[in-house]
Amino acid sequence: MSSADVASTNGTKPATVSGGNKRVGTIANWADERLGLASLAKKNLRKVFPDHWSFMLGEIALWSFVVLLITGVFLTLWFDPSMSEVTYNGSYAPLRGVDVSSAYASTMNISFDVRGGLLLRQMHHWAATLFVASMMIHLMRVYLTGAFRKPREINWVIGCFLVLLGTIEGFTGYSLPDDLLSGTGVRAADGFIKATPIVGTYISFFLFGGEFPGSHIIPRLYSMHILLIPGLLLALIAAHMMLLVYHKHTQWPGPGRTEQNVVGFPMLPVYMAKAGGFFFIVFGTIALLGGLFSLNPVWKFGPYDPSKVTAGSQPDWYMGWPDGLLRIMPAWETHLWGHTVSWNIMVPILVCPPAMLTILILLPFFENWVSGDKREHHLLQRPRNAPTRTAILAALATFYALAWTAGGNDIIAIKFGLSINEITYFLRGAVFVGPVLAFIIARRWCISLQRHDQEKLLHGYESGVLVRSPAGGYAEKHLPLPLAKAYALTARETETYMTEEQMAESAANYKGRFPKLRARLQRAYFAHTVPNVTVEELHEAQHHAEHELHEMEAQIAAGPNRHGPTQGH
Amino acid sequence: MRLLNRSAGRLSRYRRGPIAGFVVLLLGLLLTGGLYAAFSPAHADSDSAAAKQAQIEKGRQLFLVSCAFCHGQNGQGVLTQGGSQLGPALTDVGAAAVDFQVGTGRMPMTMPGPQAKEKQPSFSDQEISDLAAYVASLGTGPGIPDKQLYSTQGMSQSQINALVQRGGQIFLANCTACHNFEGSGGAMPRGGFAPRIRGVSSKHIYEAMLTGPQSMDTFSDGNIPPQDKKAVIAYLNNLNNTPSYSGLTLGGLGPVSEGLIGWVVGLGFLVGFAVWIAAHTTRTTKKKDGASA
Repeated sequence: MSSADVASTNGTKPATVSGGNKRVGTIANWADERLGLASLAKKNLRKVFPDHWSFMLGEIALWSFVVLLITGVFLTLWFDPSMSEVTYNGSYAPLRGVDVSSAYASTMNISFDVRGGLLLRQMHHWAATLFVASMMIHLMRVYLTGAFRKPREINWVIGCFLVLLGTIEGFTGYSLPDDLLSGTGVRAADGFIKATPIVGTYISFFLFGGEFPGSHIIPRLYSMHILLIPGLLLALIAAHMMLLVYHKHTQWPGPGRTEQNVVGFPMLPVYMAKAGGFFFIVFGTIALLGGLFSLNPVWKFGPYDPSKVTAGSQPDWYMGWPDGLLRIMPAWETHLWGHTVSWNIMVPILVCPPAMLTILILLPFFENWVSGDKREHHLLQRPRNAPTRTAILAALATFYALAWTAGGNDIIAIKFGLSINEITYFLRGAVFVGPVLAFIIARRWCISLQRHDQEKLLHGYESGVLVRSPAGGYAEKHLPLPLAKAYALTARETETYMTEEQMAESAANYKGRFPKLRARLQRAYFAHTVPNVTVEELHEAQHHAEHELHEMEAQIAAGPNRHGPTQGH
Repeated sequence: MRLLNRSAGRLSRYRRGPIAGFVVLLLGLLLTGGLYAAFSPAHADSDSAAAKQAQIEKGRQLFLVSCAFCHGQNGQGVLTQGGSQLGPALTDVGAAAVDFQVGTGRMPMTMPGPQAKEKQPSFSDQEISDLAAYVASLGTGPGIPDKQLYSTQGMSQSQINALVQRGGQIFLANCTACHNFEGSGGAMPRGGFAPRIRGVSSKHIYEAMLTGPQSMDTFSDGNIPPQDKKAVIAYLNNLNNTPSYSGLTLGGLGPVSEGLIGWVVGLGFLVGFAVWIAAHTTRTTKKKDGASA
């Protein structure tokens, strides 16, 4: 973009209000004198946000949360969170006359007798599915692009807690209808709590108000589901967004984009329209899902009864991976002085998920400790330019995906004609081997892509033009990258490969803990990174490309089957 | 006599009527049928015993060709050299088991495996009943159930509703643990599976409960009385006939397929839209000549 395109003045008219709507102005003035919002609005309405599709993933989560609030309020108008026994007498004939809990009866009532109730119920559930899913992909985007680096570490931690709370919120909601599937889930949760050494039984008794299932759990989960956790979620989302505004949004490197500025469009009118429009798209998508796809058909499950269970009893997807670990865990138990320590439940449910959350929270701090980088970062990195970081996420995601697969082992067995035992045996090994393989492959892949970038910078991109040489051979002409693209590709730092001496030096200079381990990790973390091209290399490549281009033009000008002035080459 | 003549005369007035021929034919058929029914029983008894023997023999011939390799020439079962069962003994399984296994195409198996799969039946109905008669003759075991045991024909709607309601409770208590909450099927250990039971004929469901084929338990009449078996069948047929109130059922498999749809359709759709929105960026003025993009 040349400087002629950029406005040098505010235009010919002075930037004062000329006439305008007097009444609106009066009202605005009245409000501003009492609320003092004008200065805040003036600053934030023109706030600039950069444009990229991956920046909108978190927005999906935000808007699904709004849909959750709207549909959730609708559901509370009819839902009765009580475990008192009633006889179902609603519209669904096969269950008429069956003794059910009030919670189940009111869910059936919402589904069959409240106008639009089933649609809203399904929308609420689909929105929950998307809420957690979009948080996950948003999290992956933030990690892979290095958007978690200073000064955004706290926001990363808040995001991790949002995923945790979203999961708990989902589980409590899943449990409320008191149907056969959700009751089985609560039964499993009771088992997990009881597997806690020493205090497990007490916690279970306090939570359930006695032995499972009792008559307290649904009302208690309901308070958590509609009051406690949404409140926390709302507060954390607000904090998350305020920090986003305070830090300003990260951006991809490109011409004119630096660590000091943000290049993009202002909140009003562009992002107001884009984000507002996206809300309706999310709302519409959830409405379509709710209208087209069945989710949690409680009338088929029937009311919960501890003596019954159904095949295909799974939690919703976000609880699927601990369930999967539970399914593949060998039946290890230790008996000590008349007590049973259930490793088979403790390891997959009480140890692994908290450990994974801890790893997730610590990722930015770990990388920062290794790199020793104290600078602020507002420009994003492409995943390939941080191979070890990308590989770490690939390993974690592979572990997650394998555990997830294990959670659906029975469905996989029947749909693919496999033996559930063999799937289990395979996954027992794969959860250990898979992440290591994924780490190695992702890292090497990133490094190869870096080499590819380097090649494109130095030798140009493949033009698709085939040229026949005087000797009769064919070759594809490479053309130099457009300048903006070349700029974006070169706008990265090179973490250099450290020699033994540099490692020793790094260890000696570091005052914190484990200096040697840190130095070795530093080397491993940044080893084999392809160095960024230098200015000289780039200039030389450009000269070469220009020369080649002239040569090709001459060849084309010479016409077919005639060799241009190539003698000089 | 005069009276008789008079009524015969009256009758004869209709002898050229349009339905006279049909009436005479009907009477003739009734007479022959009635006479046959009156005189044949003693004769037919010995005849049907012979027919049954012939049917058993026919069944035995089919059995020797298609079943004996695994089940033994006398249905005594065959052990492999390793000591595992190639085909179980069929001496006390009864006709119902044959009618189910062969009638649903599970037997004869394509190849040995953890469990026989349902396929196109290899035998005609007549051949299946011949085979069933032969296997039934080897010992005891339940016979092929009468239609009235599983059919709701002739029942009022309120009776059917009550039956469906009871059947649902029995189904959820006894069947869903393996066959899933709406009969979509489920996994069993070592490659075994509880098959999808939606759309299976009422007779075969009844026989399956009665005989416990493959990995399934036997639900004898002492366990689930015939009336309750009928209720379960009525519930399943009701599930087949009621619409899905909530949209596409995604295979009726529960949260796994729901999660898949959420990620692939829901999130895929929204991420696609995000890409679309970001691709449609805005310009404050028209592009000027020479301005690079």
